Amino acid sequence: MKNNKYDISIVIAGGAGQGIQSVERMFVELLHHSQYYVFSTKEYMSRVRGGSNSTEIRFSLLPVSCFVDRIDLLVLLDDKAFDHVSSRVTNDTIIIGDKKQVSSISHPHVFSFDFLNTAQEIGNIIYANTIAIGLLASLFHIPLERIKNHVSSFFQDKSKKVITDNLTAVEKGSAFARSISESIRIPQKLNSSSDTRKKDSDSLLLLNGTQAIGLGALSGGCNFISSYPMSPSTGVLTFLAAHGWKANVFVEQAEDEIAAINMALGAWYAGGRALVTTSGGGFALMGEGLSLAAMTETPVVIHLAQRPGPATGLPTRTEQADLQLALYSGHGEFPRVIYAPGSLNQGYHLTKKAFDVADKFQIPVIILTDQYFVDSKYQTEMFETMPKEPTQYIVKTDETYERYAGESSGISPRGIPGYGSGYVHVDSDEHDTQGRITERADVRKKMMEKRLGKIRQLQKESIEPKLQGSKDYSILLVGWGSTLSAIEEARKQIDDDRISFLHFSQVYPLHPKTTQLLKKAKYIITIENNATAQFAALIEKETEAHVHAYILQYTGHPFSVENLTDRIPKTVNALEEYS
Amino acid sequence: MSKEFDVSETVDVAWCTGCGNFSIIRILKNTLSDLSIDPKEVVMVSGIGQAAKIPQYINSHYFNGLHGRALPPATAIKAMNPRLTVIAESGDGDMYGEGGNHFIHTIRRNPDITQIVHNNMVYGLTKGQASPTSQQGFSTPVQVDGVILEPFNPIAVALSLDASFIARAYAGDQKQTQEIISQAIQHKGYALVDILQPCVSFNKLNTYEWYKKHTATITDHDVNDKGAAFHLALQTDPLLLGVFYQHKKKSFEEMHPIYKKDSTPLRERSFNPDIIQEIMKSFY
Repeated sequence: MKNNKYDISIVIAGGAGQGIQSVERMFVELLHHSQYYVFSTKEYMSRVRGGSNSTEIRFSLLPVSCFVDRIDLLVLLDDKAFDHVSSRVTNDTIIIGDKKQVSSISHPHVFSFDFLNTAQEIGNIIYANTIAIGLLASLFHIPLERIKNHVSSFFQDKSKKVITDNLTAVEKGSAFARSISESIRIPQKLNSSSDTRKKDSDSLLLLNGTQAIGLGALSGGCNFISSYPMSPSTGVLTFLAAHGWKANVFVEQAEDEIAAINMALGAWYAGGRALVTTSGGGFALMGEGLSLAAMTETPVVIHLAQRPGPATGLPTRTEQADLQLALYSGHGEFPRVIYAPGSLNQGYHLTKKAFDVADKFQIPVIILTDQYFVDSKYQTEMFETMPKEPTQYIVKTDETYERYAGESSGISPRGIPGYGSGYVHVDSDEHDTQGRITERADVRKKMMEKRLGKIRQLQKESIEPKLQGSKDYSILLVGWGSTLSAIEEARKQIDDDRISFLHFSQVYPLHPKTTQLLKKAKYIITIENNATAQFAALIEKETEAHVHAYILQYTGHPFSVENLTDRIPKTVNALEEYS
Repeated sequence: MSKEFDVSETVDVAWCTGCGNFSIIRILKNTLSDLSIDPKEVVMVSGIGQAAKIPQYINSHYFNGLHGRALPPATAIKAMNPRLTVIAESGDGDMYGEGGNHFIHTIRRNPDITQIVHNNMVYGLTKGQASPTSQQGFSTPVQVDGVILEPFNPIAVALSLDASFIARAYAGDQKQTQEIISQAIQHKGYALVDILQPCVSFNKLNTYEWYKKHTATITDHDVNDKGAAFHLALQTDPLLLGVFYQHKKKSFEEMHPIYKKDSTPLRERSFNPDIIQEIMKSFY
């Protein structure tokens, strides 16, 4: 195993239902509590059982938060798994699998262990997973006692026998690790006596994108979610269902996405703070509801977790191809805000902010993530010590109350039914200040200008794109949303001081400084997980900048660091040769 | 008659002279008045169509949303604040056609709301096409050789889903309609009131005269008897008027975990940062 920086990438591959996810969870938590920095991401097929899935677990002494192609150690749980990941296997990869699975693999570093029979002997084939934990943790010098304590606490709700059997499984795995550790020679970076151990990782949270979005929603005062299950967005619904009863969130699974968004609008109208979570196909069905939010000036927050389309596309995979859908969905003309978090921290804070901005400006706010973002897990600082009570924008009405009163800001005080002595009239038809239907041309013009006038104020509240690298750049990489860490890690590895990276966590409306930041570069290269460079088109439309090249990927997989360290210099060279 | 549900300012009513809607709105206002409901506690929710304009002409809160989509916001409004009286009201095209899926699933959910459907068996606002309840043979500019689809039977569908209150009224019979709407509003749980009405502009088949001949009041029926109710619901000539079925059961809000232990309306509950902090800390 070649490794200079002690940055290890383990891939566990097998079919759905074999326990990859529980191995991932247990091992990642163990690494987290063993003072490592850890990152994991999964890729899986759209099926309940079987198929070929894999999970990457990357850990290091330095923070890690993105996907790499490299596999240092590959654990195979079935015989189809090797073909599934073989393109990422090199001669340096170490492969471990059950005897039956690895016998046909020709590779210099194959190690076989009788996982399945050993598990059967302990009492159940499922123990193969815990054997794998014992094996992996011991290979990387985590003390046996620590592993056993971790496994015991993982199964603390189970019977004594289950716990004892799992501990036996750990010991079997650990014994096998000792028997092969000489031939593998894993660097002894972190053993129990090592003082290089990261001291502060106990103060870090370990969570995935879904959970960051869910926590941000709670801190944003979300008290209602209505959604229809759709991968990869469903996790936010289940997160709020798991915690909603104590955090006062009304959770309802709607009959379809149309009902979901219309319920959310009803909840906001009655004084709640509602969220819908969906993916492209479901969001397409919400288009008319989005337009209703705009016309009635009812706030709404939508989490749109992208997956590859068109139509059903690749239901469990990743893509950034719904930017234009988010930008242009809904008939008629109206303002909206679109955030695209690139880190867990941004996921939390932008979701929280989405509720505030939606409420303050009475508009739809979309949080645009993707499968890679929601399913990637790593550590992050505690988001904030104590969430503050959200700013209250609802007013108590009096008898003269008019829902669409002509404030110069365009933002009328928002009342709700049953709070105050006024009436709250909202209408999807064009309406006057009272909310009554009108077809008067002068009123129509005024109301259009009132609604669209919010865009200028929203621009002022936009989040500035974040520049990484030197302020003196001639080549600017541009990315948005979930690609943040991969592009940043690639940029650092490329280490060319002409190249900086500008990341957008708000893609609409763009921050007023955007033009200035872009125009400083001689060459602009957008990096996007889609086929048509949608963000490049947006910045060319919204700013005076011209995009010179794109680095795109639309395989359904996220960018790996290696993919970018290969393509960025090639693209830069091509631009320079061409000019 | 009390006037608290009358709109004080002058409103240009968009309905045709002689439309059954005038009679329905009068009955609804009287019913709400007689039940001593505070207009400030009433939310009218509607979709799109001529019937769906009814909230415009009633002194109450309203949410006039999208075509076919009155029930989802009505459900959520009630969920957010169960103290409100929530009435979802629209036409047959809106509620049974465009909003058919919500009709089915709202019944399953059983929120404590009243759904009033103005059923004139035709599309009015789009000028005379067939509606889901149009009778076979009814010819229109689209169904030029007459409707060939089976008419939608809202009563039977609602019964099959065990809707907790199901009734049919006729806009021409004010007394009976008021009695039915009154019961529906007082009923705890979802209540369907399907109101037959003529469309003087576009339905030359189902006229006031026709309804007189082809409707009859339910007599001697136990509203708790679902089997008997089905038998009556399947009868198409005459169409029966009255309460078909009532099943007193817990409403959606009563069953929902949010209100199981605490009846404080959700929107009045305070933000609790300690709980959020505790959930965050579980990720250490």
